[in-house]
Amino acid sequence: MTLLDKLKNKQVLISDGSWGTFLQQKGLQAGDCPELWNIEHPGDVLAIAQSYIDAGSDMIETNSFGGSRFKLAMFGLQDRVHELNKAAAEISRKAAGTDKTVLGSVGPTGKILMMGDVTEEELYNAFKEQCMALEEGGADAIVIETMSDITEAGCAIRAAKENTKCTVICTMTFEQSAPGQYNSMMGATPTEMVEQLIPLGVDIIGANCGNGIEGMIDIVKEIRKSNTDIPILIHANAGMPQYVDGKTIFPESPNQMASCVNGLIDAGANIIGGCCGTFPEHIKKMAEVAKNK
Amino acid sequence: MEDILVKLGYCVEFGKVDKNAPYPPDMKGQDGADELTKQAIEQGISAAVILEDALVAAMNRVGQKFTEKKIFIPQMLMSAKAMNAAVAHLKPFFNSGEITRKGKFIIATVKGDLHDIGKNLVKMAIEGAGWEVIDLGVDVPTEKVLETIQANPDAKIGLSALLTTTMGNMQVTVESIKSKYPSNAIIIGGAPVNEEFKTKIGADFYAPDPQSAVSYLNR
Repeated sequence: MTLLDKLKNKQVLISDGSWGTFLQQKGLQAGDCPELWNIEHPGDVLAIAQSYIDAGSDMIETNSFGGSRFKLAMFGLQDRVHELNKAAAEISRKAAGTDKTVLGSVGPTGKILMMGDVTEEELYNAFKEQCMALEEGGADAIVIETMSDITEAGCAIRAAKENTKCTVICTMTFEQSAPGQYNSMMGATPTEMVEQLIPLGVDIIGANCGNGIEGMIDIVKEIRKSNTDIPILIHANAGMPQYVDGKTIFPESPNQMASCVNGLIDAGANIIGGCCGTFPEHIKKMAEVAKNK
Repeated sequence: MEDILVKLGYCVEFGKVDKNAPYPPDMKGQDGADELTKQAIEQGISAAVILEDALVAAMNRVGQKFTEKKIFIPQMLMSAKAMNAAVAHLKPFFNSGEITRKGKFIIATVKGDLHDIGKNLVKMAIEGAGWEVIDLGVDVPTEKVLETIQANPDAKIGLSALLTTTMGNMQVTVESIKSKYPSNAIIIGGAPVNEEFKTKIGADFYAPDPQSAVSYLNR
């Protein structure tokens, strides 16, 4: 059953929690390439995927957020796009079995189109290469996430739609720039995201990172104002990170996040999960609330 | 004579690089920062006046609007690009000593951190304010920063970190600099960094946005 079919049967589905923060907990150091762990520490990556499935996630992402050739080039790994992304999807597929959905994670390239760093065609080709490898490894859907530039997000959506059979999800990262106003780093608003990305054929839209779960309720409301039908996915941080005594702390507890789940559902969210600083316990608590709704 | 400086300032403020540049759409086909700077020099306006009255003043307005969230990163980057096109024509006057820069500023993203957008924004704003910027790039080890200070003993320093996991490396770099060069001012910035962290690690200034870094250096 495709993700869209599953959404027709059920009001709300649960997604997974953090990957980056979780990998760090397992020993990933600053400056290491997370995607290389798919080859060098596949057991740890599988353990993360499995722990979210066990916590009640209906879907699991892949460890491939920085798997585009532009990001991998920072580690000299630009020629291993296919291998690293395929391995990422295979690991998550193993945890998901046949009935849970695997979401192939695709993050931004870090290049800025407007400045002439890259062309749209170069971005399209990089995303195409990554998405095809994720599909080959077993991804059912592609989740293009943490986007701040609508044009870059559009390149990724077209690449995924035109070269794979996967369901295509796109979530952007918004921060509060004034009371009640949300903008991405590049200035895009949730409304602009809806107006410009839905015509490209994206199946599910939403927001991730950049906010605690309360800000996400406002963002869902803004999306719903301009579109009543498109499924919305939210991956919320456990609040914004704080640095205390040499350690990174994400302030929102599993219970705190769970207490906002009904608000998100009432605003119109269809898939709810976590981002930075969320762990299986967060997902478990959020899933309990969603399932009792 | 003043008219051309107003026009040039407008090009920098709104990111019109040169005549062929498609951005911004409402200035299509008009002269940009590139052409207007050349014309201003040909008209005999002094390089120092062009720099201060048109370019630096415009970048100041850009920085202000960015701080107030009236514009976002793309607009700021286009302004910086227009600024660079203008400054290219002023290079001979810098080299001859006819105009001088305000000082040197060393900027780097700390070790383990590969993010450069924030660092580049600050770099552009500080260059735009008339400073010479030495950009060490991303993932910069402490030793590299120390060597660069040794070669540029009066330089001020800016350090960037986007990740909470690299804030520890920022602390190491700041402490090493301060033990060897206690009088060189250090500005820190980046999403997870704040005033409290600045005090804790002994840096001199926390810049929440590019414009506040400029104000700190110029004071």
